[in-house]
Amino acid sequence: MLIRSFNKRRLVLPCLAVALLGFAMSFVDAALLRKQHAVRIEANRALAERLGLTDLALFTEARYTRHPSQADRHAAFQDHPLALEHFPTGSLIIPPSHSHAYLDRTAARAD
Amino acid sequence: MRIWIEQQRALIDFTLASLARRKAKNLGLLAVYTLLVFVLASVTLFSHALRHEATRVLADSPELILQRMVAGRHDLIPPGYLDKIGKIRGVQKMEGRLWGYYYDPVIKANYTFMAPTAGDVERGTIVIGSGLERIRGLTQETGISFRAYSGKLYSFIVADILPHDSELISADLVLMHADDFRDFFGFPAGHYTDITLSVANPQEVRNVAAKLAAALPDSRPILREEVLRTYASIFDWREGIVLAILSGAILAFAILAWDKAAGLSAEEKREIGILKAIGWETGDVIRMKLWEGVLISLTAFLLGYLAAYLHVFYAGGILFEPVLKGWSVLYPRFQLTPEIDGLAVVTLGFFTVIPYTAAVLVPIWRAATTDPDAAMRS
Repeated sequence: MLIRSFNKRRLVLPCLAVALLGFAMSFVDAALLRKQHAVRIEANRALAERLGLTDLALFTEARYTRHPSQADRHAAFQDHPLALEHFPTGSLIIPPSHSHAYLDRTAARAD
Repeated sequence: MRIWIEQQRALIDFTLASLARRKAKNLGLLAVYTLLVFVLASVTLFSHALRHEATRVLADSPELILQRMVAGRHDLIPPGYLDKIGKIRGVQKMEGRLWGYYYDPVIKANYTFMAPTAGDVERGTIVIGSGLERIRGLTQETGISFRAYSGKLYSFIVADILPHDSELISADLVLMHADDFRDFFGFPAGHYTDITLSVANPQEVRNVAAKLAAALPDSRPILREEVLRTYASIFDWREGIVLAILSGAILAFAILAWDKAAGLSAEEKREIGILKAIGWETGDVIRMKLWEGVLISLTAFLLGYLAAYLHVFYAGGILFEPVLKGWSVLYPRFQLTPEIDGLAVVTLGFFTVIPYTAAVLVPIWRAATTDPDAAMRS
């Protein structure tokens, strides 16, 4: 019994060393995967350029979450004046970071 | 040096024996600690990789998009806008885009219908994203009908399916001929959803956008840099309900870890008293407890991080799917490229290992400097 528990304890440090090696190997693996995925990313970039895509198809539940970069801050609340944002995606992402305010002010001065 | 290493090995061995005496308590703490690191590392790896992927894939998206707003809503671009834009200096190329949303009542999902400006889809046919292929069970050369908002039924033949690898950007896409698009949505001739522009001098994009906003006051220009900025900040750690939930979990764990590390049990105090009585120095006791803190927190960090790496880059972040999916019916299947934010990993490692190890030291210092007799009797 004593010998068995002693042996188990002896295994802890090699296990920790394996975990440390695994941690280091994750960076090597990441570098290898990046090389593998480079072709896919290039193909996707070309597809996005050809079709003029502006957004990821991550959130397809509402039109303003499907294309967040094309939506505005009011899109989530435009169904009626007191409408609250009710799609779960609204809790995950922030409104698009547009500088329309700057452009609008410039337009107003020009008019 | 050799003696020092032998000393540390002996201390580690003794620490492990000490930990094994309170096996259930320490294993429970390790499991909760590992789980917390796993969740934090998964969120960090997933969001960083996704941000990087979006930035690279959308790097050549339209330089400038012009939308028209009517009563605060996105409206169609009427004829004549392209001519007005053509007169603005600096605009190199412009194209009217045709795209819109279609709600499919059969599977209760939203699709993005689009007519590519290159015009490489023949009339009566469509090219679909692989998410749509999967969810509607479509294959090449099969037919599908959609009921337009006018009530009329339109049938199309699936000419091609977009690559499965592109699902992250094309899962819900339905590409069709421009005339089919106009018929289906009842778009008036000469009208477009929005306009894409390219500017001769990339440094002048902001100026051209300002000129557009001045010349067409009901328009809204969206710059590529704004699109990229939207995705550069997506899932930022400061935002969203995820942080609200996580901060509660982190706080609860901090209390648990502090309680475990900072408060010594009577058994531990007696153990320190005995060690001191048999000749251990205060420094040895502190070193032993330091190893205890390092072993638990480092093991939790390594196991949690490795599990998170496998979860995000080999299991496709499957645990995030229900959260990201929300009420969507169509969710893309994608594999992220492992872009690891070294600083974030180091920060996570630092805040996992250092505070716990430091919290262990304070009570041990107090107990180790008291009289062995008093420590054993307390």
